Amino acid sequence: MLTASIALALLAIALAWPVPLALSAASWPSRAPATALLLWQSIALAGGLSMIGALLTYGLIPFGDDLVGGLLGLAGVAAGDTVDRVSLLHVFALTGAVLLGGHLLLNLALTADRARRQRQRHRRLVDLLSSPVPDSPGSRMLDTAAPVAYCLPGTGRSLTVFSAGLVDLLSADELRAVIEHEKAHLDQRHHLVLLAFRAWNASLPWFPIASRARREVGLLVEMLADDRARRVVPDQTLATAIALVAGAGEQRPTAEPDDIVEQASPAEVTARVRRLLGGHRALPFPARGAVVAAAAGLLVVPTVLLLAPAVAGIGGLAL
Amino acid sequence: MATLGDLERSVMEILWTDGEKLSAYDLQTRLADAGSTKLAPTTVLTVLTRLENKGFVARDRSSRPHVFFAAASREDHMAELMHEVLGAASDREAVLARFVGQVSPDEAETLRRLLSGR
Repeated sequence: MLTASIALALLAIALAWPVPLALSAASWPSRAPATALLLWQSIALAGGLSMIGALLTYGLIPFGDDLVGGLLGLAGVAAGDTVDRVSLLHVFALTGAVLLGGHLLLNLALTADRARRQRQRHRRLVDLLSSPVPDSPGSRMLDTAAPVAYCLPGTGRSLTVFSAGLVDLLSADELRAVIEHEKAHLDQRHHLVLLAFRAWNASLPWFPIASRARREVGLLVEMLADDRARRVVPDQTLATAIALVAGAGEQRPTAEPDDIVEQASPAEVTARVRRLLGGHRALPFPARGAVVAAAAGLLVVPTVLLLAPAVAGIGGLAL
Repeated sequence: MATLGDLERSVMEILWTDGEKLSAYDLQTRLADAGSTKLAPTTVLTVLTRLENKGFVARDRSSRPHVFFAAASREDHMAELMHEVLGAASDREAVLARFVGQVSPDEAETLRRLLSGR
């Protein structure tokens, strides 16, 4: 178990620092946003699994020879058995595993619940202040001059919301591109991925990689939605729509100082427009396949490290 | 047939436009004047209670029958909504996904150059 514990710890360190850093610096994700998004999710999940797994396997060493045996041994101790060789370090590791796991799950639940309640509240305002759009179920138009478009995911009906100002600003094709972009967010349930990374960031606020990962994932889902929009309009039309809406936002006279702080990734809009104008070359299929295989591998390795000794043990018994 | 959401908006329009306190009966009459089919008084009360629960309508209980009025103006609600969409609410991104976020003047200039360069 000590070997498994050390291997898991090394994996956890790699996934917490060099691997995400390299991925966020790479240029290929904009050529295969869906694949890159898969890899980010795999890194986050495998990172958490190996971090908790390393602590757990180390802490269980005195109680058994593998994960299952260790847990059974620990249950035995709770029932009154005595075990020697338990050091303070093992107790710390076990406590750490439980606290870290609980902390991550609790943050996810809290973040999800807060988002749900805020969406409900916002939904009530939208219902009151917007009118349905003829021939476009699921779309609502706000009667305001500021050109905005967004989507509001919901448990029941999700909504695409845009303003009268946006209709004035954009041509019919550009408007179609915007609505298609927002529909893609809803269809592909991007809010769930964003929520998970947001919760991860909230549970590890001192961990710079978490906020970087959140920004990268945010940009990737925008690119994914852009890719859906460019199926119905030429790239140039979508790029124009993005630039027009961004430009109108910049001129907004009522910009508050707080809003400036909120521009988390200043180059995000430029990155999207450059990608559309620069002639899009999708990443070749073999390269994408390799990334998907790597993403799957990242999940398999910590699982095997956690369970393999137990499986081998059971196999040994069967023989 | 009008949905509850449509009715709620019609009621709010009347309360916002008139700016005075109205009883359920007054509202029933105005809604009929506005062209919708005449509603049962219980329906009007249901709509008003729903709006009250959502915080859009307030009720003056000192008079008989109770009179209802808009808790805030349409502009105030719109400002609140736009603040959530555009503004600094830190969890906004968890709530809704905007087509394009705020950009700095520098970035807006870069975008203009990119597009005119074609």
